[in-house]
Amino acid sequence: MSLLSEIIVSVLLVAAGVFGLVGSFGLLKLPDTMTRLHAPTKATTLGVGSTLLASMLYFLLFQGRLSWHELMITMFLLLTAPITANFIAKAHLHRFRDQETLPDTGTPDDWATFEDEAKEMEPVMTRDTPRR
Amino acid sequence: MLRKLFPHPYLTLLLVISWLLLVNEYKLGSLVFALILGIIIPMMTAPYWPDRPILRNPAAIIGYVLIVLYDIVKSNFIVAGIVLFTPNKKLQSTWITVPLELRTPEAITVLAGTITMTPGTVTADMSGDGRALLVHCLHAPDPDSVRDEIKTRYEARLMRIFE
Repeated sequence: MSLLSEIIVSVLLVAAGVFGLVGSFGLLKLPDTMTRLHAPTKATTLGVGSTLLASMLYFLLFQGRLSWHELMITMFLLLTAPITANFIAKAHLHRFRDQETLPDTGTPDDWATFEDEAKEMEPVMTRDTPRR
Repeated sequence: MLRKLFPHPYLTLLLVISWLLLVNEYKLGSLVFALILGIIIPMMTAPYWPDRPILRNPAAIIGYVLIVLYDIVKSNFIVAGIVLFTPNKKLQSTWITVPLELRTPEAITVLAGTITMTPGTVTADMSGDGRALLVHCLHAPDPDSVRDEIKTRYEARLMRIFE
């Protein structure tokens, strides 16, 4: 029992390390900002996730008590990772303004990043009353 | 009376659970304090959510969360595989436009977050009128199938929860 639990916890920790490493390697290897963004938002999520799972299992199996902190960390991680990614993507769009390379919106309005200043001052969206 | 005490029952529930998780052990005292927080905070923050969304089908959230968690694990393996084994020259990264049927701002936020966390896609921008999302794909030989998967797998389920 003890050996088995040790193996499970170690496997999770090693998996976490591997995914963290792959995520960081992706940052180096991938060719441009937008593709680089994929590596840290994905590969590292599972890295941190497995560490937290290993921590929960360790406290449960070896110390005999349930530890719930880790669930909170997972939740905060899942909430914040997309927002960070979106901020970096937006900053990238603002900086390089490669509007021609983007696909059409399929709606009368342009992508929010490229709308002119006057329009950006208006509220983007209000419930039940779309601008058009 | 109950309505007045719990103007926002889901927020109360979330606060109680969060507090108990933070305390990290179950005691009656912490449950009482969690309930106090769960009653006071929704009352104090009421001006900030004048028209919050109505959840049509709260039970469907559990199914949605499970699917997204499964996809996050799957996407980690896919992206790790691409990073390690696909040469940069063969990488077909593209932008795609996802037209939205969702109209609730909260639902669109959830969809955008889900897209970022799942297989090889990152949400980058939204059209000015909130009717389309700009999504970047890491490796998409067939961009249309990616868009269709987002619409059928996630957006359809969110429609059932929010609208």
